[in-house]
Amino acid sequence: MLLIPCPHCGPRAEIEFSYGGEAHIARPEEPDELTDQEWSDYVFMRRNPKGVVLERWVHAHGCRRWFNAARDTVTYEILAIYPMGQNPPELPEPRYL
Amino acid sequence: MNGIDSEILNAQQVKEFCPQIDLRGGGRYPVVGASLQRRGGTARHDAVAWGYARAADALGVDIIQECPVHGIKVVDGKVRGIETARGYIETPKVGIVVAGHSSVLAEMAGFRLPVQSMPLQALVSEPVKPTLDCVVMSGAVHAYVSQSDKGELVIGAGVDHYIGYGQRGSQQVPEETISAICELFPIFRRMRMMRQWGGIVDTCPDASPIIGKTPVEGIYINCGWGTGGFKATPGSGWVFAHTVACDEPHPLNAPFSLDRYRTGYLIDEHGAAAVAH
Repeated sequence: MLLIPCPHCGPRAEIEFSYGGEAHIARPEEPDELTDQEWSDYVFMRRNPKGVVLERWVHAHGCRRWFNAARDTVTYEILAIYPMGQNPPELPEPRYL
Repeated sequence: MNGIDSEILNAQQVKEFCPQIDLRGGGRYPVVGASLQRRGGTARHDAVAWGYARAADALGVDIIQECPVHGIKVVDGKVRGIETARGYIETPKVGIVVAGHSSVLAEMAGFRLPVQSMPLQALVSEPVKPTLDCVVMSGAVHAYVSQSDKGELVIGAGVDHYIGYGQRGSQQVPEETISAICELFPIFRRMRMMRQWGGIVDTCPDASPIIGKTPVEGIYINCGWGTGGFKATPGSGWVFAHTVACDEPHPLNAPFSLDRYRTGYLIDEHGAAAVAH
């Protein structure tokens, strides 16, 4: 059970949140100008790292606001929480014992 | 449908077929009926894997265990070899069949996948005398249980809703499925759980596998089986072998190409798992 530090409500159990998938995917401004491959890349292709992932969460059963998180998908450690629309902060190099 | 032998039972018939079931479902979720495939059941998946391994070994295949791949060498869009923990292997063809780690290997080879890897939990109980002689699934409340020939209840739970390679899974997931099983089967309420695990499953947007060629010449992939279990594995191996040998998909796996995400010909099978993942 992840304890996710909501920037507005503090650390809450993961069952209060909904997952928003990969962060920092910008919707193409001119979809009609993209090839089918480029559009499919936007809709379907995703990073799926064994390591640090940048992802979105929404505190669905709390304040209902969105935020970004940097989390290690092996250790599940949450390395950073940062606001929507911002870039991630400097992150430490992952070290696995 | 699709020629599968399946019959519909009413509640009375469900009780006759599976006497341990409590039709009241805790009062909130009464059982009103079921679909039954009499021919269906379980198979020893590990025996199938070892059977293939022994037969392949007898045919002269080298099986190198505990040897992770660290890199895939691609030159001018064509694979040249793989870097492993025990050295470099030069090869014109690579077949990637690594389930939850598909994206990791794809990244080494430089192509993208729509796969998201999550833990799928399962658990077994202490072994008891034979009592349940069928596999029971309730999609509505997520109960999925059968009894192995060693006497353990084998229980399938769901996926976590966020990606992870930790092979553990979160606690509310087995809690939800055990609650459902306790309501449907009062006799199991005092069973103790013996072992729990979380395998990394590769899920695709349309819940269908990807079997075929990749953007890299000479690299073939068989992945995206998600929560579907091992049952289609032998068939998938057969068409995958055809794909690798002929450098073209077999008609059976042609629709399951990675390219379907570009063309839009998705194969939506979210209902196929029969439980509400």
